Amino acid sequence: MAQRTLQDKLAILADAAKYDASCASSGGEKRNSGDGKGLGSSGGAGICHAYAPDGRCISLLKILMTNFCIYDCVYCVNRVSSHVQRARFTVDEVVQLTVEFYRRNYIEGLFLSSGIIRSPDDTMADMVRIAQTLRERENFRGYIHLKTIPDAAPELIEAAGKWADRLSINVELPTEAALTALAPEKSAQTIRRAMADVRSRREAARDVSHGGKKASRFAPAGQSTQMIVGADSATDGQILGTASQLYGAYRLGRVYYSAFSPIPDSSRLLPLIRPPLMREHRLYQADWMMRFYGFTHDEIAPKSGMLDLAIDPKLAWAIANRQSFPVDVNKAPREMLLRVPGFGPRSVDRMLAARKHRSLRYEDLIPLGCVLRHAQPFISLPGWSPRALTDDENLRARFAPPPEQLSLF
Amino acid sequence: MRVIRLPLIGTVAAWRGHVRQLARRSVPPEAVLWQVGEGGADLFAADPPGGDGPVPDPSVPPLTLPREVIGAIETALCHSDPQRFARAYALALRLFGKALRWGDRSDAPLRRLLDQEKAVRRDIHKMHAFVRFRDVTPPDATRRAFAAWFEPEHAIVEAAAPFFARRFGDMDWVIATPSLTARFEDGLLTFAPTAHHAPPPEDATEKLWCTYFASIFNPARLMVSAMTSEMPKKYWKNLPEAALIPDMIRAAPARARGMQEAMPTLELAHVARLRPQRPALTADVGLEDLKPALDACRRCPIGACATQGVPGEGPRHAPLMIVGEQPGDAEDLAGRPFVGPAGQVFDRCATAAGLDRAKVYVTNAVKHFKFQPRGKRRLHERPTQDEISLCRWWLDLERQAVKPGLLVAMGATAAAALTGDGTRLTSRRGRLETTADGSPVLITLHPSYCLRLPDRAAQVRAETQLTDDLRLALQIAAGSR
Repeated sequence: MAQRTLQDKLAILADAAKYDASCASSGGEKRNSGDGKGLGSSGGAGICHAYAPDGRCISLLKILMTNFCIYDCVYCVNRVSSHVQRARFTVDEVVQLTVEFYRRNYIEGLFLSSGIIRSPDDTMADMVRIAQTLRERENFRGYIHLKTIPDAAPELIEAAGKWADRLSINVELPTEAALTALAPEKSAQTIRRAMADVRSRREAARDVSHGGKKASRFAPAGQSTQMIVGADSATDGQILGTASQLYGAYRLGRVYYSAFSPIPDSSRLLPLIRPPLMREHRLYQADWMMRFYGFTHDEIAPKSGMLDLAIDPKLAWAIANRQSFPVDVNKAPREMLLRVPGFGPRSVDRMLAARKHRSLRYEDLIPLGCVLRHAQPFISLPGWSPRALTDDENLRARFAPPPEQLSLF
Repeated sequence: MRVIRLPLIGTVAAWRGHVRQLARRSVPPEAVLWQVGEGGADLFAADPPGGDGPVPDPSVPPLTLPREVIGAIETALCHSDPQRFARAYALALRLFGKALRWGDRSDAPLRRLLDQEKAVRRDIHKMHAFVRFRDVTPPDATRRAFAAWFEPEHAIVEAAAPFFARRFGDMDWVIATPSLTARFEDGLLTFAPTAHHAPPPEDATEKLWCTYFASIFNPARLMVSAMTSEMPKKYWKNLPEAALIPDMIRAAPARARGMQEAMPTLELAHVARLRPQRPALTADVGLEDLKPALDACRRCPIGACATQGVPGEGPRHAPLMIVGEQPGDAEDLAGRPFVGPAGQVFDRCATAAGLDRAKVYVTNAVKHFKFQPRGKRRLHERPTQDEISLCRWWLDLERQAVKPGLLVAMGATAAAALTGDGTRLTSRRGRLETTADGSPVLITLHPSYCLRLPDRAAQVRAETQLTDDLRLALQIAAGSR
């Protein structure tokens, strides 16, 4: 095989990394290089430096260290039985790419993942070496996200947490059964234990010992995970249930949902479909409802287990729970206002602040940032009464897009 | 009408100085005309802050506003709207005079200011995102040097530049825009009117960046509007990667179709050799391999949600086996029984009773943590009778291996698992009962019961009862040897 150029390797190893949805570069430790001795800053809001035509943001240099892999996960383009081109970066190549891209303000940092070569420990050790070189040799103070390999040795995880801002371990699929069927070498148990380990180490790193000494730094920006949607038969209800368990059990910063997407060189076990992008979008909305709007996972998904694709899940919940509406905007508590479609956390906070001074009228709501078209059937206040609208049989049709002739191809 | 010319550099600070003077002189907002100085430096000198109009009125207190308010006004002043200075002065007077509440969006001028503040913040954010540096390091330089050309929508260069100084502290850089140029050399940030209106020469790394941009794109998920809403076309001409976008969009449907139409391939012969093998579990389980067997247990649905199975802990032939309910949050993470808050209560009572935890076998009636997720917490949920019965298989296995002289059932679940009856705990505690196979069981309270009691006195009483029962258990176990 001819020696691949850096450009060839980058093309192969970026292509191999694009199925990972995570892009966050926010939070964690506040750092900068105002002292003139290093490169980079992080800790504020993340910045998306570019957007690809798939609508996804590019904030990190998201690459695989190598796409050689001994695992055979059916949904993955890099599985051992796939015929894709293979490549491998050296430690120095990744370091140089990261630093040179960073200096040109293309990226916020590095998101490094890898196929499993030789053994989980060997792979993890190389990834740790990259993060360490960036921090120690290059004085790099930007963001580093390492995809942890669940079976790697505890010392390596500890070192990974020392150099990286965020660690992530993908649960890959919403149910254990699906993981066993589609990713035979991976174990849901091992993945959960690795997440438990990261949570315990983070909590230990925050504790201050009796002597007032702070424990060493460990993944200050937390951990996240990703689930593939649409490769198995799990319902949205099951997916949200799993997500909510993971948030509760391992204090994850984020759960990412990735619509199963056609890959070059597919497996016969998984039919290729058009990625269920709308389903993915609805799951993100439902995830937001759990994290910022006070909904529990079992409230959101309807009995069928699948979210309504035509209208957003908050609206769907309100339509299914009309007995709780309309709410009196001038009297309702924060928790109930958050459940009104068209009201967000920010507009609700503004309402509560304004309510201290005067009673709100309907006309006041637009300047507060509410989406009145969604809110109308569910609120009452001076200047507006929904009358029979709340109980209108055709309420859903008001919001759903008009039916479309299905394309035959 | 007074005309105030603000300088091109330091515009906002100059406005603030003027406003203080104007307010002390009670100059009404409509009597001031604000301009940003194309006029040249001599004009500013001729027009000192406040001017020579009315004299300062000592009875007027100096204009002060909360820090949050000043920050928002100053951000909004970077907007390109020519009316912004007059509007902000009028609002500052009304806010100071308590004629207006900060944040009241029903007030049209304030709402306008807040909207402009938001637009400016977005523009600053986009500048932080879309500036593209090119390497212009001279051959023998000790510091790397970079240059960029950027066209913001508002007058944000001064507000946006400190970010780059904090981020790129170890290199020199220049960002030129149509009005101002920010320059960072040897750690010093300066601003000057732009002299050269041209982008810096291209840089070899840009080709790598374009390769990355093209490769990270997934043609099966084409969503052009999601891209343009965040990366509007007005920024494209200074983004090297944007030149690729039209072709990427054009080719995407065919590439996606190609992937779907390509037939799945057969796997290569060497693949089977590369796959790692996991050892299979053996059929009969003893105490030694209890942990992996428990981890894999899916007799009931709890196992699939918990992190791991939590086996008992203690010497093989311990005289005493203490059985709790189920692992909690901490036990689930650690894989060891009684290490969380309830474990601490247990340790305290055990020490008080003279019981050495290392010499007894401590376990749970149910081996996996059952919980309800609530945000970032897991709420303990009591196992059902079915789950307790299914899990007794593991408890029986531990009992057969350890063969303790006495069992201690802490709490209702353990009592149910060992005696078949989990009711009336408070009246049964401290009594010796027997299991279905005739082994003696001492019934007592669960340590977490003590934690759940509302008042401190009741907690102390419950802990004393638990301690008494553990002491009794120790005596019985010693007597049966």
